[in-house]
Amino acid sequence: MGTLVEEIFSRRLGRTVSAGEIVMVDVDAIMSHDNTTPLAIKAFSEIGKPIRDTSKIVIHFDHAYPAPNQLAAENQQKIVRFIQQQGIDNFYHRGVCHQVMIEEGFVRPGGIIIGGDSHTVTYGALGCFSTGLGSSEIGAAWVTGKCWFKVPETILVRLEGTAPAGVYSKDVMLALAGQLGMDGATYKSLEFAGSYIDALPAHARIVFSNMSVELGAKCGLIAPDQTTLDYLATETKAQAPFEQFTAVNPRYERTITIDVSTLQPMVACHPDVDQVKPLTEIAGLTIDQVYLGTCTNARYEDLEIAAGILKGRQVSRFTRTLVTPASQTIYEKAMSAGLIQIFLDAGCTVNAPGCGACIGRHGGILAPGERAFTTMNRNFIGRMGSAEAEIYLGSPAAAAATAIEGRIADPRPYLA
Amino acid sequence: MSRAWKFGESLNTDEIIPARFNLTIVPQELAQKVFCEVRPDFAPGVQPGDVVVADANFGCGSSREHAPIAIRGAGVKVVIAASFARIFFRNAINIGLPIMECPAAAEGIEDGDEVDVDLTQGKIYNRTRSTEFQAAPLPPFVLKISEAGGIVNFLKTHDVEELTA
Repeated sequence: MGTLVEEIFSRRLGRTVSAGEIVMVDVDAIMSHDNTTPLAIKAFSEIGKPIRDTSKIVIHFDHAYPAPNQLAAENQQKIVRFIQQQGIDNFYHRGVCHQVMIEEGFVRPGGIIIGGDSHTVTYGALGCFSTGLGSSEIGAAWVTGKCWFKVPETILVRLEGTAPAGVYSKDVMLALAGQLGMDGATYKSLEFAGSYIDALPAHARIVFSNMSVELGAKCGLIAPDQTTLDYLATETKAQAPFEQFTAVNPRYERTITIDVSTLQPMVACHPDVDQVKPLTEIAGLTIDQVYLGTCTNARYEDLEIAAGILKGRQVSRFTRTLVTPASQTIYEKAMSAGLIQIFLDAGCTVNAPGCGACIGRHGGILAPGERAFTTMNRNFIGRMGSAEAEIYLGSPAAAAATAIEGRIADPRPYLA
Repeated sequence: MSRAWKFGESLNTDEIIPARFNLTIVPQELAQKVFCEVRPDFAPGVQPGDVVVADANFGCGSSREHAPIAIRGAGVKVVIAASFARIFFRNAINIGLPIMECPAAAEGIEDGDEVDVDLTQGKIYNRTRSTEFQAAPLPPFVLKISEAGGIVNFLKTHDVEELTA
């Protein structure tokens, strides 16, 4: 009974729970990465109790991988020793943690996953409650296998209609961010529904859940349907049978409806995710670096869209264009399909899968006064290096068009 | 008596401590870089017991616990904000950084004001302007973590189930 988030917690606890209740639940997976694991190990060691179930622990190297400096290398060395000492099996360095969590089958409808990373909310697109926590709670959950939550109120986001050519789920999500603002959903669950979502492929749905934290949300959920089950069966190692459920007589705090057929390509402008404008309003702004990557928009289909635009063309001479597939699996698929060759022929630099440039660690740091156009989810001051650099967020198609022109460019003329 | 350092709305964790400085987990090292880009005078000027005051959605963005650790490492006694982003709220409680949610205080305190707080009563006093504010009380189970000094200390001597018991 209730909203999707109430339904997931009710199923887990075997009783009806409602928004506002504090619940203690067993979690299915406890995720962390090279940036958040060191503090989790510290918390775990200080608590001084054993791990409850090592099979629930999943550790990724992605934030500064391969290690760009000695400090990062030493952190990773400590983590590896911990993994070996504790006998933890789930250890990956195959790309951005959230994509790998999905591919490796940890994400299931009705599941509950916590992660030491704010974009852990990503798995909501597949009907899994997932949310980000700090490292101490990750270390604590290694000991307890549990976590407490206040069951959140839900804002229903109804996305209706068909998006025009050149308008992708990223554009729709940015439009919502502009409307709702960066604290528009703080502590809340966002539930995405409507005819646009129903018809949307799973990879494109993931953008909504991934970016729900940019509006402050605790989770961003989409009801699992046949599209979800097909995606899990074909694109992930998750084993059927899967739970299927919908919201039942839900009570929403409020409902926001967007007619996506009226939208155009959107851009989040420096320096906040909710500084959203139609791309045409800022078209022509010179760009020093284009970055096609991250847990938001570097899945195979994103690369395919960008490659479709870049094929037979060259990126602008003074616009460094970085392509970072979200995972090794995506990298391999893109290579087999010839996409990597298209990027190389166009003059792009293809990086190893990971988060590096998105958090200003390595592989694409910005100098003062530089401007980047990226497919990321955040454009905060200093995010990619210099605090005097500017970051603009948009779709993979807009990123490709911008790379060609060296200025923020409308992708639509390239789609004909 | 404590000096208030005033910040605006939706101050994100990259602004509290940029990711490139998160390779250390030593509080004092993080404290040297806290707010370095939005308020370069903070780290050199902050005194033990000073207070950070901010508008809504303080600490939005990443889950990095380095953010509250950096603030605590700088000797800040309490963060008072109109509201907190949810992961920052949990992180602050979990690592034992006192926080107070109070929109009226966020509005009624200016940078440089002298501020006193009574954490147990949730009282905030602006000595410069002779005003007084009442912060929202923490939920009882959150108070259990807070009173233990954080989740690590709580779990040393308690079972996690006691939180919701």
